[in-house]
Amino acid sequence: MKYVDEFRDGHAARALAAEIAAVVQPDRLYRLMEFCGGHTHAIARYGLSALLPGNVELIHGPGCPVCVLPIGRLDGAIALALEHGVTLCTYGDTLRVPGSGRMSLYKARAAGGDVRMVYSVDDALALARAEPQRQVVFFAIGFETTTPPTALALLTARAEGLSNFSVYANHVLTPAAMRHLLASGDGVALDGFIGPSHVSTVIGSDAYADIARDSGKPVVITGFEPLDVLIGVRMLIEQINQGRAEVENQFIRAVTAAGNRKARQVVDEVFALRPAFDWRGLGEVAASALAIRPEWSTWDAEVKFGLTTHSVADNKACECGAILQGRKKPQDCKVFATVCTPDNPLGACMVSSEGACAAHYSYGRFVSKEPA
Amino acid sequence: MSIKPGYTRPLDLKHGRVDMTHGSGGRAMAQLIHELFAAEFGNEWLAQGNDQAIVPPPGGRLAVATDGHVVSPLFFPGGDIGSLAVHGTVNDLAMGGATPLYLTVGFILEEGLPLADLARIVRSLAHAAREAGVAVITGDTKVVEQGKGDGVFITTTGIGVVPDGVNLSGHLAQPGDAVLVSGMLGDHGVAILSQREGLAFAADVVSDSAALHTLAAQLVAACPSLRLMRDPTRGGLATTLNEIAVQSGVGIRLDEAAIPVRPVVRAACEFLGLDPLYCANEGKLTAICAAADAPALLAAMRAHPLGQDAAIIGEVIADPRCFVRARTPFGGERLVDWLNGEMLPRIC
Repeated sequence: MKYVDEFRDGHAARALAAEIAAVVQPDRLYRLMEFCGGHTHAIARYGLSALLPGNVELIHGPGCPVCVLPIGRLDGAIALALEHGVTLCTYGDTLRVPGSGRMSLYKARAAGGDVRMVYSVDDALALARAEPQRQVVFFAIGFETTTPPTALALLTARAEGLSNFSVYANHVLTPAAMRHLLASGDGVALDGFIGPSHVSTVIGSDAYADIARDSGKPVVITGFEPLDVLIGVRMLIEQINQGRAEVENQFIRAVTAAGNRKARQVVDEVFALRPAFDWRGLGEVAASALAIRPEWSTWDAEVKFGLTTHSVADNKACECGAILQGRKKPQDCKVFATVCTPDNPLGACMVSSEGACAAHYSYGRFVSKEPA
Repeated sequence: MSIKPGYTRPLDLKHGRVDMTHGSGGRAMAQLIHELFAAEFGNEWLAQGNDQAIVPPPGGRLAVATDGHVVSPLFFPGGDIGSLAVHGTVNDLAMGGATPLYLTVGFILEEGLPLADLARIVRSLAHAAREAGVAVITGDTKVVEQGKGDGVFITTTGIGVVPDGVNLSGHLAQPGDAVLVSGMLGDHGVAILSQREGLAFAADVVSDSAALHTLAAQLVAACPSLRLMRDPTRGGLATTLNEIAVQSGVGIRLDEAAIPVRPVVRAACEFLGLDPLYCANEGKLTAICAAADAPALLAAMRAHPLGQDAAIIGEVIADPRCFVRARTPFGGERLVDWLNGEMLPRIC
């Protein structure tokens, strides 16, 4: 595939791996967190850990929107489908996320709920147009990447006067979560961030400037292809070696300093900051999510159906919080790979294949370099 | 107007629809069987017209396989549920080295299904059965109320005979063996996805649905050390190899660069966030044999029209944990795990 294979070239990868091996200082530990699930996926899919020296550790962050979706909000989606009788449109990978009482949208569908998998919010709009007698709710989740399309859908719904369409908004913000990770509890055991790829196309690399400055940890915005990741790792190692903590941009083919102003304008028109939002695995994080503005409440499913969100605590035995901060490893958790598995996840990190524990379960189990 | 004595209005195969009477056991059902099923499947055993077909015992061991087919959409590029219902079951027989002989067919029809669609499906099924050399010797039809089915469900059971000396089984893979596939992977899965409502995308992909019995027979003849064959249908090659690894108590190491996948299938999987190794196939097989015989087996595959893109894709290794892994073209190694739940696209 043109413009894809070039970023997956094995020869270039081995050359980069050799460069990385040459620049790492052997007496030093490089604990690098890739925030995004997209990076986690690339690392597992291409076996990147095996190409890195033993003292370069990749820590999988909370940037998997499905993983961090709190139980209370998922319960809200299930209630929409089962109690309010709406047609709930959702991205595919939310279907198996467990909510309260081991319920999921899959099970809600089996129980008679009208739950439909869509690829984009446009599909939900089309459904609302085609079936005006149905109440169609789009279950909006994701970071800054998926927020602009949701905002555009609301603009479209208003322009067309689509009264049977609404959005259950659960969009969350990346920099807020990064700040929370750096500030909370016993602090993090991290030396740098492999910065978000698609998210940064929207918010721009400037959005991380204060994070790097305040924490003293470098951030390198990095593309999702495997060669991108290796280059990003090398750039981080160089910054750490030189004692720098700057925002650098490896993903220059898509990310600018300011990001996509037009997309952010659309988002601002429709969404306002929530004072706080629950994250599965992290708990309550201040100013970390978006709500639909009151003037758009006609299309806000929370208002329209009078949803109240209850906060549901994560399972006590689950160590997701410490794992996401790099303080513990998945295998340090008592429930890892015992009662908590990808088929029956207890905690956020096991929910999607991009979660830290699921990635370790699927990949790390067979790599001899890491203790099992 | 003169009406011939004994005249019955024939089934309206152009504009008619399936209704509850077609499954009630009465005259309408008899007419459906007579005018459509018997007409298309016609053979001496079906013509016996009894509750059972009585066939002579074939020489050798019997192979029996059953498969339910619930595909949506019913018609897709490269096939339909009718041909699929033959290929799925014939291939299950063929993977054991069996020569397929007979097929039984159970239809569950949804009230409201256009008879024209049913006729098209039945003709396609009959055509596929003739091509595969199997006779449809008995069948059943039920009708369910509208909303309780997906148009048509078809269950087929196949009966075949395994020649003496042929012993293929999923538990026979040994460390050192070679792993082969007969062609491009993922075509069926992507062809179906490209037609799904709400997901339709333009991809020039045709389902690979095909009967593999002649290919399988050729492989059995060409390779004395053939341990097993299996068709990687639902769950794709990844799932099939994991099953084999557990059954044989071995590991499998694939060379990802050697696995044949069409560029268009790779591209579709890329933008859908799917992995071709988990996509369904309906006309491919994977085979395992002693490494020394792998070139001969590969040549035999490539000599058959359905095996022209065959490749040696990996090896069986000793691994008590029974992991299937793949050397990536990138130089790393990854686990090719069991499919977790249903194959779902990723959002970012």
